Order: sequence, then C-alpha cells, then structure tokens
Amino acid sequence: MNKTLLAAAASLACLLSQSGRAEFVVEVTRGQDNAVPIAVVPFLAADSADASIDAATVVSSDLARSGRFKTMDRKDMVEQPHVGAGIGFDDWRRLGNDYIVVGQMLPQGPDRYTINFELYNVLTRQRLLGYQISANRAGLRLAGHQIADMVFDKILGIRGAFATRIAYVSVLGSLPHRNYRLIVADSDGENPHIVMQSNEPLMSPAWSPDGQNLAYVSFEDRLPSVYVQYLKTGERRRVSAKAGVNQAPAFSPDGKKLALTLSTRDGNLDVYLLDLTTNELTRLTDDPGIDTEPEWSRDGQSIYFTSDRAGGPQIYRVGIHPGDHPRRLTFQGNYNARPRLSPDESQLAFVTQQDGAYRIAVMDLNGRGDVQILTKGQFDVSPSYAPNGAMIIYASRDHGRGVLAMTSSDGRVQEKLVSSEGEVQEPAWSPF
Amino acid sequence: MKKIVSIACLFAGAALLAGCPKKNTTVEPPIAGSQVAGSANPNGEGASTSATPLGGDSNGMGGAQGGAGPAGPAESRIIYFDFDKSDIKPEFAGIVTANAQYLTAHPGAKLKLEGNTDERGTREYNIGLGERRAQAVRRALMLQGASENQLTTVSFGAERPAVEGDDESAWSKNRRVELVYAP
Repeated sequence: MNKTLLAAAASLACLLSQSGRAEFVVEVTRGQDNAVPIAVVPFLAADSADASIDAATVVSSDLARSGRFKTMDRKDMVEQPHVGAGIGFDDWRRLGNDYIVVGQMLPQGPDRYTINFELYNVLTRQRLLGYQISANRAGLRLAGHQIADMVFDKILGIRGAFATRIAYVSVLGSLPHRNYRLIVADSDGENPHIVMQSNEPLMSPAWSPDGQNLAYVSFEDRLPSVYVQYLKTGERRRVSAKAGVNQAPAFSPDGKKLALTLSTRDGNLDVYLLDLTTNELTRLTDDPGIDTEPEWSRDGQSIYFTSDRAGGPQIYRVGIHPGDHPRRLTFQGNYNARPRLSPDESQLAFVTQQDGAYRIAVMDLNGRGDVQILTKGQFDVSPSYAPNGAMIIYASRDHGRGVLAMTSSDGRVQEKLVSSEGEVQEPAWSPF
Repeated sequence: MKKIVSIACLFAGAALLAGCPKKNTTVEPPIAGSQVAGSANPNGEGASTSATPLGGDSNGMGGAQGGAGPAGPAESRIIYFDFDKSDIKPEFAGIVTANAQYLTAHPGAKLKLEGNTDERGTREYNIGLGERRAQAVRRALMLQGASENQLTTVSFGAERPAVEGDDESAWSKNRRVELVYAP
C-alpha cells in the first residue's frame, strides 16, 4: 500500500509541474483615485538570454494590480537606468513619477541569478530600499513578487501580499461529464498547479496556517468527505467521512484542529471541532437549523458561522467552550452567510442578499457594526481575504461563466480575473 | 548598506522534479482513484448495473433505470422544489407514494435520495438546503411505510446541476431530489 502511495505521490508531483501557462488575465476595472505614480524600469540583464524572464514586469504588474499604484508604461521610458547614480531625477519627476525602481539581473552560474534592485523617492532623491535577491530561473517570478512586496510595504506602510498563492476550483467540460480540479496558483494567477482532480465535485479549499496543507471537500466517494492534503508531496488523509454531510473545513489558528460541518441521521447540520491528532470530535452547535460555514477567531477561542435557526441564514459567533451561547451578528436583510474574518479582526466579510442579488459585504467589528456592500454582481459569493487584509478575492459570474474577482476591503479597487477556459469558483487566499 | 537576501526559490513540489519524466509518460490518476467507473450506458437497456447513474444522465433518457424501483420514466425519479423551500408539492405526492409502495413491497431495496439546489447563494449553505430536501422526501417515504434502513440521503447542494444556466428555467430544474435505487 505504501509503495503505491509513494508512486502515486511522485506522479502527482509530476502532475504538479504541468500547465505552466497563465490561466488568468487580471483586469483592474476600477483603480484608486489617488494612486501613487511609480516607474519600474526594466532590470538590466547581463545578456539577452536573461531578458526572457523579466522580474521588473512582475513588479510593475503587481503594483498596478493592487489598484493603488499608477505604473509608468515602459515604452515611455526614454532612459533605462539600472543604478541610482544613473537616474536623472528631474526627468523622471517631469514625467509625473513619485517613485522609481531600478535594478539589474546578473547570472551567477548555471540556473542561478542575482537581482540587485533599488527604490528611490524621485522628489527627495532619497534611496528607500536596496536589496540583493538570489534566485534560480524557476524562482524569478517569486523574486519579482517579493520585490513588489517590499516596495508596496515601504511606500504604503502595508505589508505586501504579492508573494502569496490562491487555491481555487476549476470546472471543465459540460454536464454530465464535468471534470473538477483543485488548483493552486500564484496570487496573480500564474503558475497554476493541479493539486487534485476528479470527475466528482470538489469544494471548500481551506489553507492550513503554515500554508503547507489544503483541506477540501471531495465527492469522489459519492458523498462529501473532508481531506487534508500536504502540498509538497500530494499525500493526503481523509479526515472525515461520516454518513451524511462532511463539509466546510476550517483550520484553527494553531493548525491542530478543524472546524467542520457534520450531519446527524435526520439531516441536522451542525458545527463540530475535530482534533487532527487525536481524532476527537466535539460538537459545537446543537439546534435544528442548518449551522455551517465555520470561521475561527484569531485567538482560536471563538467560531463565526452561518445559521438559519432564526428563519433565513444569518451570522453568529460562539465561544468554543461548553456553555457558551451563540450571539447573532447580522440583522439587516434575510440572507447573510459565509463569514470570513479579516486578518486583523477589524472587519468581517460575508455574503449578503440585496434585491435578489448576492453580494460581498463587510461589517466593521470595531465600531458600531456598520455594514458596507462592496460588490455589484448578481452572484458574488465565497469571499477570502488576502493575508494583509487589503484585498478580498471572491467568486462571481460573468456572461454565464464562473469567474474570480477581487475587491479592496474598502471597495475602492475592483478587479476581475478572467480565466482562459472553463469555470472557476471557490477561491481561497493562502497565508503569508 | 546592501542586505543579502537569499531565497530558495523552489515552488511546491519542484524538489521532486529532479527525476521526473518529461511530459505525460505515465500519468497515474490522483491518489484514491477518483475516476468514475465508466459512464452510464446511454441506451439504458437496464444492463449498466455497475455504473452509478449521474443525475444528468437520466434526464431525457426515457428508459427505466436498471432493474430496481417502480416502473416508470426517468422523470418519475425526480421531485422538484420551489425556491428556498423543502416541502413536497402536491403534484409530486404520487411519486412519493409509488416509491413508498415499492420499498414496502421490497424490503431488500435500498434507495438513495440525492438533494440538490439551484446555484444561488453560498455553496456550503446550499449543501444544507439540499440535505433538507432529501430529508423531506425521506420522512415522507417513511410515513408511508418505507423503513429507515432502506433510505440514505446525500446532498450535492449546487454542485451537480442538471441544467446549466443563470435563469429560472435552469434553476427550477436544479432544485430537486433524485431517487436513485441501488442496483
């Protein structure tokens, strides 16, 4: 049995290496009004062979995609300095840039490069960043994301989340012969890797806090079961396959427990906590309504969840210790579901129904609980926060197809991720 | 004041690629063999007892499924529901009765009730709604004589629509419970 598992794991890892082409085109449909103008100058490459992977393009695209930067078009760049001494600051200021990034890429041997880059304030001529990154060819995009993270952080004072990943479900083919794939890609949609595929539905990807594992729901056994898969090797463990419903897994902040939804024989759905080490199961909710979609608080002491005990689905919060009673949080409208907590716990994102449309809303947890609706689609569901809390990725529908979209947590930046084929749904943003 | 940052930039799984075959030599199915065992025989002559019929397969096929269950067209194995509702409408009472009678008369028969919803709303809550519908049919069958151990429920929520589309004509065909007899 072990040998088969190992062989299967190895070929799954090979499966992981397939599909290197970009699967998404990201469109910023609405950027921020006061976007920061910045020029990311192409990095000088030692020879023409190195120019094929352009880390500077990754940096520029990342910053533009955040909606908070206005990046200069490189065709407008008359000069292309690669070090601070070569920057004619007056010229760059005249072209409207507040900041400039310059750099160069030097080969260090077979399959190893060093990228030197610098960030300057064009107005003050002050150097704000100067770093050297070492990467192999396969890691050059990641290096670009890390540079973008540093630039983003330095200028905006917010930690960048470009060097992160998204998991999502891709559905190909048409009824009744659909193929489902669980995919992990870079946060810009590049580098998609197939983690799992099946002819039966896959749902609810959930990242472990260390970013090494994905929990998900698979119908491969003809009933929804919960699996936890170790991404590096593809090894996986079926952690819940009780009769009925096994659903909506969520890792605790320490990674040791899963909150999930199970059902009784009579179909009563409730939230349970599963200890992943001991397999001990603790029941958290117990009422005849549908209780599902659990989300942990950052201290691991409370669970937010959806319940329709009051008629329609609303969002509640309950402490994990016995005797704690759930407290209702949403009171506007008949449908509020699928809670997701922002990383700093200042905000709760969820799906709300407004005039028949399903939209992403956020509730301010620090103030009076004000609710703001961030999106404008008809079928906007499955919100997931970037680990820096700045953006929320969600699932939507566009011209009859499932697509992914993003909104900033204040609604000012809106983006669409248009996939090249099939439908995409159920996004989950990785931790840092 | 340059800081040296060295990053081991190997993406997940890349470390194992050292000895990997180049492309598509032997691609084994992912662990746990998730391929469905064949697809249903489109002629539905009652011979395809090894394949578990997908909901979509039975639509419009016309022939009776396998040999189990009361005789009748494929439509007689599906109960449709109104939006956000799990109560069984009067027009489907006959289906319930026919299947309850069959189950009572065949104590060894096993019936799986597959609950589904339309695509609107959150996916995981929809799993709950699908289960609620399956349970409504289960209770109705038990009230009419079917025994508990003949019935299992499963919910696919919005994950297995019968008809694709973003309008009510599609949605009304997806809010359903399918009655699937074990072969």
